[in-house]
Amino acid sequence: MSTIYILWLRQLKRYIRSRSRIIGSLGQPILFLVALGFGFGPIYQRAGQGSYIEFLAPGIIAMSILFTAIFSGINMIWDRQFGFLKETLVAPVSRINIMFGRILGGATEALFQGILVLIISIIIGFHIHSYTLLAMSLLFMALISLFFTALGTAIASMLQDFQGFQLIMNFIVMPVFFLSGALFPLNGLPKALTVVADLDPLSYGVDGLHFALTGASHFGAGIDIMVLSVLTFILLVIGSYLFSKIEV
Amino acid sequence: MIKATNLTKKFGDFTAVDNISFNVEKAEIFGFLGPNGAGKSTTIKMLTTLLHPTSGEIEIDGINPRHHQNKVRASFGIVFQDPSLDDELTAYENMQFHAVLYKVPKNVRINRIEELLKYVELWEKKNELVKNYSGGMKRRLEIARGFLHHPKIIFLDEPTLGLDPQTRNYMWSYVQNLNKQEQTTIFFTTHYMEEADKNASRIAIIDHGKIIASGTPAQLKEQTNKESLEDTFLELTGHAIREEEASGLDKMRRMRNAFRRK
Repeated sequence: MSTIYILWLRQLKRYIRSRSRIIGSLGQPILFLVALGFGFGPIYQRAGQGSYIEFLAPGIIAMSILFTAIFSGINMIWDRQFGFLKETLVAPVSRINIMFGRILGGATEALFQGILVLIISIIIGFHIHSYTLLAMSLLFMALISLFFTALGTAIASMLQDFQGFQLIMNFIVMPVFFLSGALFPLNGLPKALTVVADLDPLSYGVDGLHFALTGASHFGAGIDIMVLSVLTFILLVIGSYLFSKIEV
Repeated sequence: MIKATNLTKKFGDFTAVDNISFNVEKAEIFGFLGPNGAGKSTTIKMLTTLLHPTSGEIEIDGINPRHHQNKVRASFGIVFQDPSLDDELTAYENMQFHAVLYKVPKNVRINRIEELLKYVELWEKKNELVKNYSGGMKRRLEIARGFLHHPKIIFLDEPTLGLDPQTRNYMWSYVQNLNKQEQTTIFFTTHYMEEADKNASRIAIIDHGKIIASGTPAQLKEQTNKESLEDTFLELTGHAIREEEASGLDKMRRMRNAFRRK
């Protein structure tokens, strides 16, 4: 327990100390919200779908969580390169606890980031549908954070350096974001795209956030929670195995 | 206390450690010497569960790390050859982190952190981020951290690299003390031969992955008919300068600096 706590605390201290990174990583979501939100707003309205910002904000929140979570997981490669990982790997504590501590720390960062983007969305003009469901949006943010930090950590367990990083960005992170229904509604898509979106874990996170923040849902909130929880659990099991096999 | 039998590690075609066997008794100070790339660090990594041997057996305090990694990890401490501090934490936080991971009881923890940081003269700067430390200060912190918990075995992988003679002497007197008072077994590598001569009760010399000589410093000198251990070492391992396999680390350093805007 103390192992998990100290690793969580370490991640958090690092996060809070890197103010320039926190502010820097808000740039992209703001750009997306403003450029896409106001840019596509009129067309979206003319198509009879209502306000695009209202639709877009949950997707952008999910996006910023996705990026922060994957990066904080993959950041383990820095620890490997700069030697700190060794310090934790020779310690007489279970590696599973070390991994959990890291993941919880990274997920907490991502959750903060999501909350910050939610606040910014509200400032830009996003309206919260119901305050009782706001707590539920935190649950979804936490699930997305956990899942993708675990994914980043599992990937980082297999990598020696950042050479494969571009590959991960282009073939995992970007597709996961663009095909998740963060930018467009999942209703009435071409068949192939529907299948892909159904297979995209982030789709369920975005959908859950839509439900919690705007009241509309594609899959249903129950399905969203279930899919995300089960996938997170599976990933933690795989991640634990990969992490226990790390050699330095 | 430390027993290796026919230990071998291969990386692809390259045999880093080639069928070595040795035995370190309890409370011994054992020097493991060899030129760059001879297999010293690879051996230490295998002994400390960071690498799995390709073949051969290891026993640490009677336990086989292959089957009981966590038990083995509880019995040793290590000071690594290359940095393993968290740059974004303060010196004190690095020490605290280590103490929690190694389950040093709270009351012992507070006193010992203070004692050690004062010992390496970093107490005044304990709340500064490690990334603002000089190379020598980082090294001192690393050594202090290695002594924070008192395990049965301490591995020191070129611990005095880059230290001034004052700190080096400090460190060795601390090690000698620990060895006498708590019967701690010490396994160390170094490139400073006079250091090995002065401190080691027994030495093994490894080259090209094989142990080519072992014994007390006096025995080794006698064998080769040399005055100093340095001459003995050169006699045994030759004068050619060795290349160490380049790691991706330098590349990574450059990359990080490119990422960081200062």
